[in-house]
Amino acid sequence: MLQIENLSVDFRVDSGWISSVTDVSFTLGPRASLGIVGESGSGKSVTALSVLRLHAARNTRMRGRIMFDGQDLLTLPERRMREIRGRDIAMIFQDPMHSLNPVLTIGDQIGETLRIHQKLDAAAAQKAAIGLLDMVRIPDAARRVTDYPHQLSGGMRQRVMIAMAIACRPRLLIADEPTTALDVTVQAQILDLLRDLREEIGMSVILISHDLGLVAEFAERVLVMYAGELVEEAPSLTMFARPAHPYSEGLLKAIPSADEDVGRLYAIPGRIPDPGRRPPGCNFAPRCPLVQPACTAAPPPLATMEPGHLIRCPVRLAAMETTG
Amino acid sequence: MADTTDPIIRVRNLSRDFQVGGRGRKRQTLHAVSDASFDVLPGETLGVVGESGSGKSTIGRMLVGLLPATRGEIELFGETITGPSGKQALAKVRHKLQFVFQDPHAAMNPRMRISDIIAEPIDVRGGWTRKDRADRVAELLELVGLSAAFADRFPHEFSGGQRQRIVIARALALDPAFIVCDEAVAALDVSMQAQVINLLMDLQQRLGLSYLFIAHDLAVVRAVSTRIAVLYAGEIVELSDKRSLYTDPKHPYTQALLAAIPRPEVGTRKPPIRGEVPSLLNRPPGCTLCPRCPKAFDRCRTEAPALREVAPGRKVACHLYDGV
Repeated sequence: MLQIENLSVDFRVDSGWISSVTDVSFTLGPRASLGIVGESGSGKSVTALSVLRLHAARNTRMRGRIMFDGQDLLTLPERRMREIRGRDIAMIFQDPMHSLNPVLTIGDQIGETLRIHQKLDAAAAQKAAIGLLDMVRIPDAARRVTDYPHQLSGGMRQRVMIAMAIACRPRLLIADEPTTALDVTVQAQILDLLRDLREEIGMSVILISHDLGLVAEFAERVLVMYAGELVEEAPSLTMFARPAHPYSEGLLKAIPSADEDVGRLYAIPGRIPDPGRRPPGCNFAPRCPLVQPACTAAPPPLATMEPGHLIRCPVRLAAMETTG
Repeated sequence: MADTTDPIIRVRNLSRDFQVGGRGRKRQTLHAVSDASFDVLPGETLGVVGESGSGKSTIGRMLVGLLPATRGEIELFGETITGPSGKQALAKVRHKLQFVFQDPHAAMNPRMRISDIIAEPIDVRGGWTRKDRADRVAELLELVGLSAAFADRFPHEFSGGQRQRIVIARALALDPAFIVCDEAVAALDVSMQAQVINLLMDLQQRLGLSYLFIAHDLAVVRAVSTRIAVLYAGEIVELSDKRSLYTDPKHPYTQALLAAIPRPEVGTRKPPIRGEVPSLLNRPPGCTLCPRCPKAFDRCRTEAPALREVAPGRKVACHLYDGV
């Protein structure tokens, strides 16, 4: 359904163009769930925003193809793109307070999508909004529909955002850190809601998060991004049980566990390179425990380790082949 | 000479109210912290976990004298800083107290050099020669794993993890004995977070520091704490050594918090506790968790449970353990 081929995104800065995302490719089928994990600056949000073409066109350069239903979203005119946003592809963000209009009722805001895409009149839109609030399990929806955002808790606001996103029953929902601003117990509720809605509506979901545990629980497949590149793609359980790329491995080891006492934490030395100052070879080479001379010479390719499991690390790949 | 196991901090029935409303709106009392009692021992880390609005930061601020208590008693290093002569008492012990906040960017003046930022506590206290001051700054930078050559740079030249190290160096300037870390690693990426947690633990060993470590992340708290206090709606609901809390949580809220952590294996997480944290304005009679608690019974609705010892070193505020 969604097929991203060699997507690269550059942004204009004072000194010229810097590369944010480099050569990202992945596919997503109907009714599938995919997680994208990475630290800040890894390019995970930039990749997601590219699908909806939400970057300011003047300062962005995008290459590659984003095929959705057989058409390349990168070449569509803005007018056609506007029809797709909210109807076929919807998005929710981290901070529900800043994504809602404080002076409109939540019913008006949910109904807006329906009035635009399905040409409903105000009364029908209001009625549909109540149905959607029910769907995202907001109790007493008929009364709540006239509330303003400030009257709702953080968890309720995120439910409203989700109601807006699913109003037109999109085929793809992109959730960018949807639970990061929420408390632990509310996070679990929202995650369960998203999982249930995926079933009910039959949509695909891309979940973006810095939290590997969260992504692994929600998604069937996980992509790990580092410094603008895809470094590993694997089924969630494989990624958690036997990550193959040294960065994914380090990331997993660096997360403290709530299930055991670990003593000293593993810490990946160094820091993510700034975009524009990325090393010539492998981006992770300066921090990598497996680094070889060849790693710093040329960027390594993303290669298949086993069916469905791709890594961008020739050193690890070679080691796997010799040990069988 | 006091026994080394004597607590350095003794908190008894500590409460903090805030007056909200006014100017045409109803004036109401918000009970941010109610009746908290605990000790902090030399060289230990007391972890404080809770969701937003649980009162964890309010407790931290009261402990270092940044916020006066409404009721109750705080004794720091033998001096009672609450009550009529609290101000003089606080002045005597203030140099032993420090605070590390969540956002290292907001905690530094962007126009000051690193050396001046780190030496600010020294300058406030006074009486240091220029040479001693410069030597101390170099020593502190090395203590937190940074190069002494960074002294003349400005905050914008550093990453989030490095900035938090600088904030920690400043906190150590006057050889404190007790540091409140309020979400000190929450804003950092996973790989940076592990580095800063390890640093805090190394410093504790080398300098014999005690920490009050405030966090919402249960895994992070497990990694750093000796004992843990769980807060809910301004009350301590469970106080326990670390191991027992995670292996055998007693309070239904602690159980809910632990159950809400995302797990990679699908279906292994139990359904989350329903509802959200109640308003602290109109506190219902009885237990504050009661409306959400799956185990609530009649007594929970009418009578608030007190924090009582249910096993050696374990305190719980829950009627389920009344007979224990």
